Amino acid sequence: MLTLDKLKIGYDGFDLSADLKVPQGARVAVIGPSGAGKSTLLAAMAGFLTPTSGRILWQDQDMTDMPPGKRPLSMLFQEANLFPHLTIAQNVALGIRPNLRLSPEQKDQVHAALTTVGLQGFAERRPAALSGGQQSRVALARVLVRDRPLVLLDEPFAALGPAMKAEMLDLVATLLDNTGATLLMVSHDPADALRIAPQTILVAEGQAHAPQGTQTLLANPPPALRAYLGT
Amino acid sequence: MIAATCVVVVILGSLIAVILRAETGAGAGYLGASDWSAIRFTVVQAVLSAVISVVCAVPVARALARRRFWGRSVLMTLMGAPFILPVIVAILGLLAVFGRGGVLNAALGWLGLPAVQIYGLHGVVLAHVFFNLPLAVRFILQGWQGIPAERFRLAAQLGFSSGDIWRLLERPMLMRQLPGAFAVIFALCLSSFAGALTLGGGPKATTVELAIYQAFRFDFDLARAAVLACVQIALAGGAALVALGLSGQGGFGSGMDHVVRRWDAVRAWQVGLDAALIAVVVVFLMVPLGMVVLRGLAGMAEMSASVWGTVLQATVVSIKVAFASTLTMLALALPIVIAAATARPWLEAVGILGIAVSPLVIGTGLFLVIHPLANPVDFALPVTALVNALMALPFAVRVMTPAARDVVRDYGQLSASLDMTGLNWLRLVLLPRVRAPLGFSAGLTAALSMGDLGVIALFADPERATLPLQMYRLMGSYQMGAAAGAGLILLLLSLAAFRLCDWIGEERAQHADAG
Repeated sequence: MLTLDKLKIGYDGFDLSADLKVPQGARVAVIGPSGAGKSTLLAAMAGFLTPTSGRILWQDQDMTDMPPGKRPLSMLFQEANLFPHLTIAQNVALGIRPNLRLSPEQKDQVHAALTTVGLQGFAERRPAALSGGQQSRVALARVLVRDRPLVLLDEPFAALGPAMKAEMLDLVATLLDNTGATLLMVSHDPADALRIAPQTILVAEGQAHAPQGTQTLLANPPPALRAYLGT
Repeated sequence: MIAATCVVVVILGSLIAVILRAETGAGAGYLGASDWSAIRFTVVQAVLSAVISVVCAVPVARALARRRFWGRSVLMTLMGAPFILPVIVAILGLLAVFGRGGVLNAALGWLGLPAVQIYGLHGVVLAHVFFNLPLAVRFILQGWQGIPAERFRLAAQLGFSSGDIWRLLERPMLMRQLPGAFAVIFALCLSSFAGALTLGGGPKATTVELAIYQAFRFDFDLARAAVLACVQIALAGGAALVALGLSGQGGFGSGMDHVVRRWDAVRAWQVGLDAALIAVVVVFLMVPLGMVVLRGLAGMAEMSASVWGTVLQATVVSIKVAFASTLTMLALALPIVIAAATARPWLEAVGILGIAVSPLVIGTGLFLVIHPLANPVDFALPVTALVNALMALPFAVRVMTPAARDVVRDYGQLSASLDMTGLNWLRLVLLPRVRAPLGFSAGLTAALSMGDLGVIALFADPERATLPLQMYRLMGSYQMGAAAGAGLILLLLSLAAFRLCDWIGEERAQHADAG
């Protein structure tokens, strides 16, 4: 269970509060108007922003003051999820050991993850030699080997075309089926949420609301969301 | 933080030693007539050098900005060469062209005209223009390339003539760019030592730096050297700070290869004028260097075994000094750059502190500090390496800090989310990503250090010499052939040192990004 306990985040002159719980294994979309603070919320969970007050807990363990890399979560950013000067295998291996000193078993693990995302044979290439979709797969392979119970996606597939994005979302769903991790996924496209996230956190007017059924929310959106969706 | 503290301690420590000595020494605060004349000469030659360099650079930069031609990128590389060209080698080349037995006087004599003299004010200014004209061209060209291509397209669309473009686009740009270029060159010329040492001298053509050296070597008047060093600190430090404020990004770095497409200035006389300008600059820069190579090869052939022995010995010393200097620079620069890119942006200013002091001033300070404790001559080589590292530090910090800031901006969160910290981050993220500017800085330091004739002249005894000093001694004893041979070796060594470091940086960087 992820708990945001009376969390308040002040950032660039706007305040966001959140007091909610996300059950373990849930898949939750984070939706709301641009600038409402969706990414800010994820950044606070990942440890890139210090909340003004309140706590962030995972399974009753307080992670509010933990450094980003020690938190029980993996995060994918909008861009620059890979290091261009490292090989595909190295980029994935960073998820196991940040110093890249891997045992033979761990190396096998990296190759197994690359096979899972359909990139066997790409291990020694560098990101620039891969397409956008393939680069996303590498980042997902790293999420896989990191094996953290919480996965945060801050629109990492936004730059992909619609078909490729749908493919990536399905791959995310498949990976989560195997690991059982909890997903929080920022999106500005309701179709993404409907595709893989049964539940949705609405971020609007300075507040992150508790998760609710995605279909019911989108079928009957509150005014702030309606204005954004244009329905 | 520690690295920054070291830099501050060495620089400020030297300054304090100098100032204390100047206050307590006999004749404190007293400047003789010859000192005043040195100050006057320093300022006059710096103003002249800067004015001539900048004024000549404007049409050349314009020609380079609007013409595409075969060999342009080679020429741009050549324009960067004075950064790494040993001063003493260039002077040897200038002597071969403009000196008593030079090409120019040979031609004048053949025409029955009187010979010209290179020594004195005009010789010093000539050497400075040789070094700073390319710098000014790069500086001003940067301004030209800062004008967006769209402006020229719009100008062509509206039917602007070259005159209109000059009035509406180019002149305003120059108004912004020229003060910085002038200030930087003025500041550089204020600290001229080797140029004044070889081409100036005498009561009428002595710079403050040279006066410090003379007070040291000939009179061993440490108090007077210290007073002069204080003058130099005020003079060069003030000018450097002004220059730093005016200049923004300096005239080094890459990105000069693109030519903005233009539609004006296509008449034959305009094309011809630009071609002539470029040709004159190429001749002015290349002929002295060509003479170094020619006379160097001839000189090597006539060098005796004992001369070869001392030259090779000095070569080994120079390589060691350059190596130590480069390592010292990196050890100081990297921590400063990292701190400046992450936590403490103001630390960049510490790295640049070195630009405000001259090698001879720090050398004087270190001499004063070491003198009561040990024989400074024993420290000649370490001090030379250290001072050269400090002199190169401002360039290195300026070149590397923006790259390091980019790394932190682009990959900071990713690194943090993967728990890459400390040495892991340094090894796997920062160093690979700043490899190109790192290699460039290391190359610059190695070349500068290899060719430097400054502190070493202050400290050295007959037993110890770097290659530039050995060259100077050969010139002093009129063994011009041997000096030319040594000069050729030094030239090749400096270029090789720079290319090696720069190549290591580039090679890996390309490898990394091309994948």
